[in-house]
Amino acid sequence: MKDAAYERVKLARDNHRPTGLDYIKNIFQGFMEFHGDRCYSDDPAIVGGIATLGKNPVTVIAIEKGHTAKERSYRNFGAPHPEGYRKALRLMKQAEKFGRPIICFIDTSGAYCGVGAEERGQGQAIAENLMEMSTLCVPVISILIGEGGSGGALALAVADRVWMLQNAVYSVISPEGCASILWKDSGKAETAAASLKLTAEDAKSLGVIERILSEKELGKKEFYDRIRTLLVKEIKTLTNDFDLVGNRYNRFRSLGVSAVVKE
Amino acid sequence: MALIKFLKPKNQLEEGGRTSAPVQRDDGEPEKNCPNCHKDIPISRLWANDLVCPCGYHFRVKARQRIQMITDKDSFYEMYSGLKSDNPLNFPGYKNKIKTVRKASGEEEAVICGVATIGRKKCCLFVMEPYFMMGSMGSAVGEKITALFEYGIEQRLPVIGFTVSGGARMQEGLLSLMQMAKTSAAVKRHSDAGLLYIAVLTDPTTGGVSASFAMEADIILAEPGATVGFAGARVIEQTTRKSLPKGFQKSEFVLEHGFIDSIVPRTGQKRYLAELLKLHDGRAIL
Ligand SMILES: [Zn+2]
Repeated sequence: MKDAAYERVKLARDNHRPTGLDYIKNIFQGFMEFHGDRCYSDDPAIVGGIATLGKNPVTVIAIEKGHTAKERSYRNFGAPHPEGYRKALRLMKQAEKFGRPIICFIDTSGAYCGVGAEERGQGQAIAENLMEMSTLCVPVISILIGEGGSGGALALAVADRVWMLQNAVYSVISPEGCASILWKDSGKAETAAASLKLTAEDAKSLGVIERILSEKELGKKEFYDRIRTLLVKEIKTLTNDFDLVGNRYNRFRSLGVSAVVKE
Repeated sequence: MALIKFLKPKNQLEEGGRTSAPVQRDDGEPEKNCPNCHKDIPISRLWANDLVCPCGYHFRVKARQRIQMITDKDSFYEMYSGLKSDNPLNFPGYKNKIKTVRKASGEEEAVICGVATIGRKKCCLFVMEPYFMMGSMGSAVGEKITALFEYGIEQRLPVIGFTVSGGARMQEGLLSLMQMAKTSAAVKRHSDAGLLYIAVLTDPTTGGVSASFAMEADIILAEPGATVGFAGARVIEQTTRKSLPKGFQKSEFVLEHGFIDSIVPRTGQKRYLAELLKLHDGRAIL
């Protein structure tokens, strides 16, 4: 059981897993990528644009890790800078304006830790996304496809539906970070992984996600077709929700309530 | 996000909230050594100056002491005081840890919420507690702050918040992460209702709190010399293998980069906040 959680972490980090762009290319048609945050630069760690899902236009945003060494370095290993989060928000606001549903694919060990990221307001950028996403008046679905590293992942996951791949993980801190802080021993990452309850099953039982996506035929046509079908169906449901924003508020409002006791 | 544990305490005042073994002067008056100017300052003098050294160094202050410093006398009415985090994940060691912290700090949780008047203007107030796991944000902290913003909407009151936090409380796992989204949504509702929110960032305001409600205020103030940042300085150094710029993540540095409205020394904060409340009292009718 202890090892099982850490096995998931390893699987979630596996270089051979499909990355954000693989999902975009295989689920949607005619993806047009849009660049830049209109403030500072274009962050290659986050990819976004418009595509067609079934018959309707949608805005798609993905954290991209890359496959080859060169790609991975170009994508900064999927660790976004503030510009990435600001680009994502810009595209989400655009989607809202034109009534397009938003679909986010999340795969990051966390928002980038660096001097430039701090100087340009990493915390503020994430905070702004959390705040603004909470009232977007179009359907938002976020799918964790690999690593869901803390605030850097949550910044694209204030959604009406959050789904996780079977072997994706979602955590407040990396198991290594947790182990080194709590037990001054990053070698205890396996214990930390089990304690943090970061697997898809854990997240579902905590009410943090709605659905676990099977990894049967991962990366194959059938796999993507299955996700496409689920997305089309769910967007239809959400489009008919007359209190979309209110329900999204309540979704997050309820999280953690049962963990609070009264004297 | 790398959650960081707060580096070594910078002064003895930070340990457990009590003044630990101050130096005794010949005439019996206890003194504190200031980590900035290295002078021994009589405790009574520090207290008379809101725990600010004559050199300008801001000592860390307990939430309840801060409430006394900021609010009109006897005006503070505490809310949600009974709420506290359980151990939702049965995280190893958490139960004992939190028990010890509760005993040492005399607080149930890492934030105190309520209503008060400042310069006779009514507001909702939350003050985070540095002596409670360094203001770590768990489910109860998120719940209390969210409830306070909701109360603010209901009563049409501004919210003033003093932040101090090392980030999300990892012992509550994903539930603590979700408090970032939950509080942010409540801040947004309060904001959309046309109501004022002022945050005062105190040392340190980092991690998940700096990536949620601390950075979402209409007016963001900070104490001089406070550490304000998302990732821990040590983690950044390890990741980038570069030395950090001078004054990195200090409030002055963050102001220079455009993320803070103003730095307000503690001794002037009450007057400053009272003036802001007054200026926002009653919305303009066009
Ligand atoms: Zn001094």
